[in-house]
Formats: sequence, structure tokens, C-alpha cells
Amino acid sequence: MIEVENLTVEFGRGAATVRAVRGVSFTVAQGESYGLVGESGSGKSTVLRAIARINPEFGGTIRVNGTPLTSKRSRDEARRMQMVFQDPYGALHPRHTVDAILREPLEIHRVGDKDRRIKAALSDVGLGPEFRFRYPHQISGGQRQRIAVARALILEPEILLLDEPTSALDVSVQAEVLNLLKRLQRERGLTYLMVSHNLAVVAHICERVAVMNRGRVVEELTASTLRGGEPAEAYTRQLVSATEGYDREAVRGYVTYE
Amino acid sequence: MTEARLLEVEDLRVTFRTPHGPVEAVRGVSFSLGRERLGIVGESGSGKSQTGRALLRLSARNGRVSAKKMVFDGIDLTNASERTMRRIRGARISMIMQDPRYSLNPVVKVGDQIAEAYRIHTGASARKARDRAMEMLETVRIREAGKVYDLYPHQVSGGMGQRVMIAMMLIPEPDVLIADEPTSALDVTVQMQVLALLDDMVRERGMGLVLISHDLNLVASFCDRVMVMYGGRVMEVLEAGRLHEAQHPYTRGLLNCLPSLEHPQHMLPVLTRDAGWLEEAR
Ligand SMILES: Nc1ncnc2c1ncn2[C@@H]1O[C@H](COP(=O)(O)OP(=O)(O)OP(=O)(O)O)[C@@H](O)[C@H]1O
Ligand SMILES: Nc1ncnc2c1ncn2[C@@H]1O[C@H](COP(=O)(O)OP(=O)(O)OP(=O)(O)O)[C@@H](O)[C@H]1O
Ligand SMILES: [Mg+2]
Ligand SMILES: [Mg+2]
Repeated sequence: MIEVENLTVEFGRGAATVRAVRGVSFTVAQGESYGLVGESGSGKSTVLRAIARINPEFGGTIRVNGTPLTSKRSRDEARRMQMVFQDPYGALHPRHTVDAILREPLEIHRVGDKDRRIKAALSDVGLGPEFRFRYPHQISGGQRQRIAVARALILEPEILLLDEPTSALDVSVQAEVLNLLKRLQRERGLTYLMVSHNLAVVAHICERVAVMNRGRVVEELTASTLRGGEPAEAYTRQLVSATEGYDREAVRGYVTYE
Repeated sequence: MTEARLLEVEDLRVTFRTPHGPVEAVRGVSFSLGRERLGIVGESGSGKSQTGRALLRLSARNGRVSAKKMVFDGIDLTNASERTMRRIRGARISMIMQDPRYSLNPVVKVGDQIAEAYRIHTGASARKARDRAMEMLETVRIREAGKVYDLYPHQVSGGMGQRVMIAMMLIPEPDVLIADEPTSALDVTVQMQVLALLDDMVRERGMGLVLISHDLNLVASFCDRVMVMYGGRVMEVLEAGRLHEAQHPYTRGLLNCLPSLEHPQHMLPVLTRDAGWLEEAR
């Protein structure tokens, strides 16, 4: 479904060049969930942004359903592949109501039955109709992220690119959104590519996981290897140990991996 | 915990006027803060952020704040002048906002924003401020601080933006830091390193830290005490190390929602709420 081969992304020029993604390859089968975890700044969001062509400039090949992606994405493709962004506030227009935010994709793609779909999308993410006419600054952080998920789902896409979809959510809404993602996958056969720094969340949703560091994939492993706690790479083992909670002594022993 | 009370809050209320009637975001919250790490947990919309913002008089314009008592280091915050508040805000009580990138100025380089924060509080020269900002970027574990200094907010990753905010808020060395989900966008190892930095500020400088977080495991392992909020009210206050032994059904419900690496589950339990919780808390 998604094949990424030797993907590279660079920003800037000359001495200031940032090589954000340096030769990343992986494939995600239809109906599969694939996770990206790893260091902050290691290029996870950049990989998703390249696939969604928010960063149109990339090296290497990305194929979706066998078709290589060009730098511009077609409207049909946009409908089939939706992204949930990491930064829920930045992703929602501050002067549009929730209703307008959810209505916009329906208008762009000329989908009918708008009111019913908007109400259904809100209830899918556990929000009542009273939120429909509020502005982003009038709702809490977690409520905003649910609106972002609702907007991505409203067009009923086949592929969801999820960038930290639950890191702004409280644990009960996180459980609701994770259950929702599982249910949708079962009912509609959706394909997920999900970035998260929460290993328990990734293991819950994804069958396979790539660990990134400094623009590269250092290790690909199955969720059960991640759970079993015996990853091959030292960097991955450090990630797993940090998941066990704050330990002042352990933090002092952390190593920076290049 | 400690006898030195930095903050004392009694019966704090925040109500927003909306076209559909009033929204009571905070409904009678009381707590005190010493030179310690106090965690605030609770579901989305339970009033955690609005509690923090009210202390600094940063509630939205449609909000009304009242409290029987709201005292910081002997200063009555309920009727302090705007001038006093400006002197406290940032310099003595800092708040790391939940949406870091929204709080950063989009057209100023991130390094310059930290330097500017330092200059405002110390009157240092531009050069000195630049050096100090560079140092702070390294303190919050940003790699290649020299390159990152010159980036604009939209050019840094989510976790980098969060650390830039943390650097900005720590630079004036505040007495109280209210950190609203300060590490939610960080990978777990960097998250632990940033917490160690905050830990040092509490231990070495006696800063009081209010850590607002959804991450129950993190709060349990890091904080001294935890305050659990629901519907704008405090359900219970616990010793952090005993959070997992909590008895209140709401706190138990939150703990049960967590996915776990050791115990895989196909579907996660979700919280069933009970309107009675709000009455009992009165
Ligand atoms: N527009 C841009 N201009 C310059 N550098 C950029 C730009 N966008 C991203 N970068 C850089 O690319 C690198 C990778 O960023 P990316 O957002 O992909 O990281 P990430 O793995 O998603 O991190 P996080 O977990 O913190 O969100 C970072 O060093 C970042 O500063
Ligand atoms: N300006 C406003 N007008 C109306 N209601 C508001 C406004 N600001 C906040 N609220 C409401 O106040 C309640 C408390 O919000 P708050 O931001 O404190 O929640 P929170 O506990 O921080 O949640 P989260 O974990 O999702 O960030 C929410 O129901 C929110 O919708
Ligand atoms: Mg990212
Ligand atoms: Mg909040």
C-alpha cells in the first residue's frame, strides 16, 4: 500500500543544510498499522509530511498503491489519504468554528449530507453537539485534538497518517481514540502510518515499528519484540527503559547515539 | 510538604461567558505549593490549564476569576495591580503553555526569542544574551544548538519547540514554574532528561513546580504529590508514589485506561463518569 524507498529530505542550503531524513525505507501493507518512533528531531514528522506532500521536495521514491508519488498531490489522492497533525492548535484555523473546520473538507470534495456527517464525526470522537459552534481557543487542548481527528475521518479516507494523534489527549480520551482507530481499521480496512513517542501506544496499535535516530531507521521490529524488551539496538533499549518512569540515576547514564 | 508556602489558593473559580450560557471551568479549587513537585492530572477539560492561567491572570477575556484566597509569597494575587502582575509574570511565576508553537512568535528566530527573554529580565548586553540563550538550548538537550538558534518556530520539530519554550521560561529563574504538558511532544529519553533538569531546579534552587500532565506513570514516578481534577474540582490529593494505589473510582478509571507494554489488551477500558463525584467533592 505504502512503499518508501531510500527517502531523503533536506532543508536549507550550504553549511546550514539540515539533513532531516537520510535514506529511509519501509513498506506498509494494506490494512496494516506501522509505527515510527524515535528521537525528537529524528525526522518522523518529515517522513509523514513527504508522503502527504506537505514538503513537496524529497529524494527517493514513495509509492502508494503501486503508483509513484509526484510532487503535487491530486484531489482524489488527498481524499484517500488524510493526515492528523502533531500540533493541534496550529492545525486548526483560529478564526473558524468547529463546524466550519469540519465543513471545509466536505465542501472542497463536494460531499453531500454535510450536517449529518459533521454531527457523526463529532460523536465519533466523543464530543457533543455543543462544541459545534465554538472556536479553537474556546476548547481544551484534548478537545482540539479530537477535532483534528474528526476532520481527518470525515472524508472516510483509506490511509491515515497520524502524527502523535494522542499525545495531547488525556488517558480516557486516548483510550477512546485508540479504540476508535482499531474499530475503524476493522470495519473499513484502513491503513495507518503512526508516529508516537509513547511505546505502549505504538505497540497497542501497530504490528511493526521502525525506530528512528538522526534521520535514519536504526531498527525495525515487531510489537511483540518491543513488548518482550529485547530489541537489538542499544538506542531502542534505552527508549524502552525510559518508558518505565522517571529515575534520576538512570537519566544520568543515558548515552547520545549518533 | 515544606513549611515554606510559595502559593496558597482557596476556592478558586473560573467561569466563562458563552452564547450558550456560562461554562464553569474551575469550581472551587484549593491547594498550596511548597518547594516541591506538585502534579495535576485529570481528564481533558477538567480545568487544569485554566487553574494555572488564572494564577497569572491569563484567563481569556470572556472569563471571570474569583477566589477566597490566592497568595504568592505574601502578595495577594486577587487584587494585585496590573503593574504588580506584570512584574510577577515570567520573572517570578512562569508558565509553559500547552501549545508551545502558538506561544512562540512566528517571525522571530527561536534563539533570539530566548535571548530577548533573558535581556528583559537581566538587562544584559545583546552578546551576553546570545551566549546565554545558546547555553540554554544545550541545557534543554537540543543538538546542534548553533544551527537551531537561527531557525524560525515553523522550522523546528514539535519536541524542539517544546524545549525552546522550556528554555525561555527557565531563563529568568522563576520561584514557581507552572508547566502545562511540557514534555508531551518529546521522545521518552529527552522527556526524562528535561524532567531531570526541572528536578535540579526544585532541589538546588528551591523552585516550586506545578506539573500538569496526562501521563499518570510519569507523574507517579516524578512528582511529590498529585492533585486529581474532574469537572473543575479536586477529587483527591495523593502522595505521588502511591498514585497506583488510589481508591477513588475516577482515579482508578484513569489508571485503567492506560495501554501497557507488559499487558496487551485488544480494546482499552474507557472511563464511565459519575455525576455524584462532583457533589461529594463539595
Ligand atoms: N522547514 C524546515 N526548515 C528547516 N529545518 C526543518 C524544517 N522542518 C523540519 N526541519 C528540521 O528537520 C529535522 C526533523 O524534524 P521533524 O519535525 O521531522 O522531527 P520529528 O522526528 O518529528 O521530531 P519530534 O518528535 O520532536 O516532533 C529537525 O532537525 C528540524 O529542525
Ligand atoms: N474562553 C473559553 N470560553 C469558554 N469555555 C472555555 C474557554 N476556555 C476554556 N474553556 C472550557 O473550560 C474547560 C476547562 O478547560 P482547560 O483548558 O482548563 O482544560 P484542561 O483540563 O487543561 O484540558 P486538557 O487536558 O484537554 O488541556 C473546558 O471545558 C473548556 O472547553
Ligand atoms: Mg514531529
Ligand atoms: Mg490543558
